[in-house]
Amino acid sequence: MIRDFFRVMVVNLTTGRTNIENIPGRDEFLGGSGLAARLFQKYGFVDRDWDDPEQPLIFAIGPLTGYFPLMSKTCCAFRSPYHNQYTESYAGGKSALSLRFADLDALVIVGKAERLTALCVGSRRVETRDVEYLRGFDALQTGRVLRKIFPGSGRRSIMRIGPAGENLSAYACINVDTFRHFGRMGGGTAMGVKNLKAICILGDRGFALPEGKAYPKLYKHIYEQLTTTEMMAKYHGLGTAVNINPLNALQSLPWKNLQQTSSPDAVKISGETFADDTLLRNAACAGCPVGCIHVGFVREQFQTNNQYLYRQVGYDYEPIFSCGGMLEVTDASEVLRILDVIEKEGLDCMSAGVALAWATEALEKGVITEKETLEPLKWGDSETYMRAVEHLGRPENDFYRLLAQGTMKCARVYGGEDFACVLGQEMAGYATGEVFFVAEGLGFRHSHLDAGGYAYDQKHDEKDVDKALGFLLKDGRERIVLNCMVGCMFSRGVYKEDLLAEALTSVGYGELNGSLDDIGKRVQRMRWRLRLQMGYRPDEAKIPKRYTEITTWKGPVDVEYMEALRRAYAASILEMGADPEEES
Amino acid sequence: MKALRAARMERCIGCHSCSLACARQVHKVLSWNKAGIRISSSGGLTTGFEARVCLACRPAPCAAACPTGSLSQRRDGGVIQKKDLCIRCGQCAEACPVDAIFLDHQVNPYVCIHCGQCVAYCPHDCLEMVELPRASAKEEESDD
Repeated sequence: MIRDFFRVMVVNLTTGRTNIENIPGRDEFLGGSGLAARLFQKYGFVDRDWDDPEQPLIFAIGPLTGYFPLMSKTCCAFRSPYHNQYTESYAGGKSALSLRFADLDALVIVGKAERLTALCVGSRRVETRDVEYLRGFDALQTGRVLRKIFPGSGRRSIMRIGPAGENLSAYACINVDTFRHFGRMGGGTAMGVKNLKAICILGDRGFALPEGKAYPKLYKHIYEQLTTTEMMAKYHGLGTAVNINPLNALQSLPWKNLQQTSSPDAVKISGETFADDTLLRNAACAGCPVGCIHVGFVREQFQTNNQYLYRQVGYDYEPIFSCGGMLEVTDASEVLRILDVIEKEGLDCMSAGVALAWATEALEKGVITEKETLEPLKWGDSETYMRAVEHLGRPENDFYRLLAQGTMKCARVYGGEDFACVLGQEMAGYATGEVFFVAEGLGFRHSHLDAGGYAYDQKHDEKDVDKALGFLLKDGRERIVLNCMVGCMFSRGVYKEDLLAEALTSVGYGELNGSLDDIGKRVQRMRWRLRLQMGYRPDEAKIPKRYTEITTWKGPVDVEYMEALRRAYAASILEMGADPEEES
Repeated sequence: MKALRAARMERCIGCHSCSLACARQVHKVLSWNKAGIRISSSGGLTTGFEARVCLACRPAPCAAACPTGSLSQRRDGGVIQKKDLCIRCGQCAEACPVDAIFLDHQVNPYVCIHCGQCVAYCPHDCLEMVELPRASAKEEESDD
């Protein structure tokens, strides 16, 4: 049965001390996103920068993690090196179930190790190891070594960073169990600045289940819905890569640094092409029967006389958009080869791809020269892009050092801000129109997952600011509830509010402080308050000129409508994040 | 008499639904370890998955090693488990040639009893129940 408090492990890398804390508030915040924000309030500092050693790195799961299918994600929260404000990122793999079976609702890491360190936690274990010898190791090699250091195959999660995290790129990711990532906003950098190369979580306990038949019966019902209906077909079939063709048909596929919104070549990197030519197999996060992880393979001849090697590389829609279409790389295997290097360096693939797309256009336009790029960046030239990714991970000059801090930061110094495809951070792959650009540009995580603006654009051609704003706020709140449960976003069609409430009751937790919608509102406000306290000004957020120059299926972007929605959304954010005293 | 076989593990996606189902429905716990079937990678996720599951040996080394009769030989292969007879000595897990018996931190053994409840929870049809060859009449007699 779920406790009515949160059991949190707080590891201090400076002092070497670990505390187990019982934090109240289950009924107010559920877990995940709500718990992480609550923990940041407790352990974080709004008046200190992201790289202050005392800033916490937080991993939190939800009340139903492990109890039900697709409750399989972990929320990672930290003060972002990208914009120096509070942020979140989500990943699956085995991280969530490992935390559940380590008997932790959250792991909080504060302080900074003196030397490069690996941390291992479990239900009866806390241990740090000096791993200075792993400095510079890529994320995949690091995983291999960690598997030997901390045995426990099948019941552990290994989270690690590559060189980009050690070198404090602002968009270094945390690689989770080889094929999943806390990708966006620089979680890997938040680890790197703590000298923390890896975290192993041993899920080594089991728990009594609620008595009675309600729980197993509900589990069976949900499991059947997820596995026998068509609801999840998209995700385990072609995977999210299925989006390439329809978005291309809708003139909503960012292409060549968003110089275009479609291309006749898109079919060469479509989900169908990837499945036919490169898909090796599927994999799943622990606790999810859907299996949306698509693992492709590339075969490379490294010597004459038929000497080949092969690599396995995970792909999804976003990696294909950012390292395929945006760079006009139109060969599926070549896209995977670029992704493989990004994986090793430990960079967020969306940011890395979009940053290199900007650099290519900037070089083309003479804004920068090869003196800066070190490589003759050229649309479609995958070999050059692979080398450029290494320059980003291990910057050798000021240009790459700055580009690794963010495309817009680099553009502000070198020029080319107009065509930097940045919506808060390097954009996600939806050139769908005004609602999405505002949603990602101003959204809490600057993610396409904050709210379904991309879907709204694809279904609505009317220009009604109130209606679009209402959708963003409501959809955002519903997603926050699922983020508090830390369920996979793919399951949002299944886990509606009623079912979540029934699931909570079945495992013995029906006592909530308000409805789930109330909790969503509470967490929404709390998260915005944290962002605003750290200096976020949504009313000053800009949408770069490039986004006003494109054409979608609805025609040219309507700048007036976009601006009106931007102002309205900014005002709502300021209102939601207002200090509670000011409200009354 | 039937036995569980992890017959098509190349299809496994590592979702652990089988282990969770066994733990939930057979052992009444929430766990991915306290189960008769456990999934692990064979050296990282790039190498695919293995199932740690009872091979239905006949004779079963674990039953032979059990000093109290908590694990006894099933007629055609595998074991019958009587938890109340277990003294938690851990000899069974040590005797298993394929690491199919999990001991929790209190040395409670978890072993597959070939009930087949996990099969319905494998989304990729990796698992199946197969009929075991019948033990000869002579062996059956000796079991008695």
